[in-house]
Amino acid sequence: MEFLWEGLMSITWQQVVMYAVGILLIYLAIKKDYEPALLLPMGFGAILVNLPLSGVINQEMEGIGVVNGIIEWLFNVGIDASEALPILLFIGIGAMIDFGPLLSMPSMFLFGAGAQFGIFFAICVAVLMGFDLKDAASIGIIGAADGPTSILVSQVLHSNYVGPIAVAAYSYMALVPIVQPVAIRLVTTKKERRIHMDYTPGTVSQKMKIAFPILVTFLVGLVSPQSVALVGFLMFGNLLRECGVLGNLSDTAQNVLANLITLLLGITISFSMRAEAFVNFDTLLIMVLGLVAFIFDSIGGVLLAKFLNLFRKKKINPMIGAAGISAFPMSARVVQKMAMEEDPSNVILMHAIGANVSGQIASVIAGGLVISLVAAYL
Amino acid sequence: MGDFIIALEIMVKGMVGIFVVIGILTLLVMLMGKISGPKKKDDEQA
Repeated sequence: MEFLWEGLMSITWQQVVMYAVGILLIYLAIKKDYEPALLLPMGFGAILVNLPLSGVINQEMEGIGVVNGIIEWLFNVGIDASEALPILLFIGIGAMIDFGPLLSMPSMFLFGAGAQFGIFFAICVAVLMGFDLKDAASIGIIGAADGPTSILVSQVLHSNYVGPIAVAAYSYMALVPIVQPVAIRLVTTKKERRIHMDYTPGTVSQKMKIAFPILVTFLVGLVSPQSVALVGFLMFGNLLRECGVLGNLSDTAQNVLANLITLLLGITISFSMRAEAFVNFDTLLIMVLGLVAFIFDSIGGVLLAKFLNLFRKKKINPMIGAAGISAFPMSARVVQKMAMEEDPSNVILMHAIGANVSGQIASVIAGGLVISLVAAYL
Repeated sequence: MGDFIIALEIMVKGMVGIFVVIGILTLLVMLMGKISGPKKKDDEQA
């Protein structure tokens, strides 16, 4: 009857740690509502892949040979071979985004760019901490505040830390309401946070909304070809939304497709959370570096706004800069909440949303640029 | 130290790259707004 105890007897302490991590992720998802659509499947998947001799990953069985496991197969097909899952998710994300507020206030575009600073700052810090360039770049991209982009870049660069990077990316996205206010307060004064901004949007025609995704795809594709998969699918989803004749497809992309891919992505990425790859000191460092990336994203955006204020008569509330990260719409909400805490009559939500959707475009551009630049140095 | 210098180069090139692309996008969107919109309202938010 020894075979009944074989699994129990072969549990390692690292696997026990992963059970705790899995349960923690499930707890955060259910109790704290932190990105539950991703953290719950990841947490449960972390338990599945770390059960001894687990049937969800490939196992060599005596007398039979290799028996394929479903999660390993999903990972190989959906992420390792083609990055299909994160890329397909972008169709759904694109279909969900209304670029109207951004198109009506084009100057908000700049903050999306400024708030990517944390990515590159974190890459530098990661290199100083001893990570090689491809791993450092993969860690830095946590600062894109965009889970699929983080997974895709770390996978394309063959990072050894896909699992911890995915966990960090989604965890900090969920923690934006806690992380961003601290970072913003570090670099703004009360007076600056009270700045009011007029909302006088320009008109956005339907033609413009249709032309925009095509224009972005051309421009970004020509400048940063590595971004085409990301930007192209994001903009394809947005074109479905804005074209006006594919309502059913747009709805499907926003709901069915996005939900289905999210469900599979979470459990699939858990393959990279096997104890031997996850339980080490580097994972802790990656969590710290992810936090650094998020903080310096916010600081970068705020400092850009303060810099622009040097040349403007009508000042920008510098908190708008921090909304340029890709975490939509949490970041815009955080900025609006902070503005109202300082002055209950201060409404800067539409500006913040404009910067926030710009961050979605800028983060995928950043992802493509990081891949191109790092590949050139490897 | 070599990797750190490379990381700094990536930082400079990456941020410049993002600002160039976003800058061009901003200008194109402003241009589209002028061409396709009726009489423009001021899009300067502040």
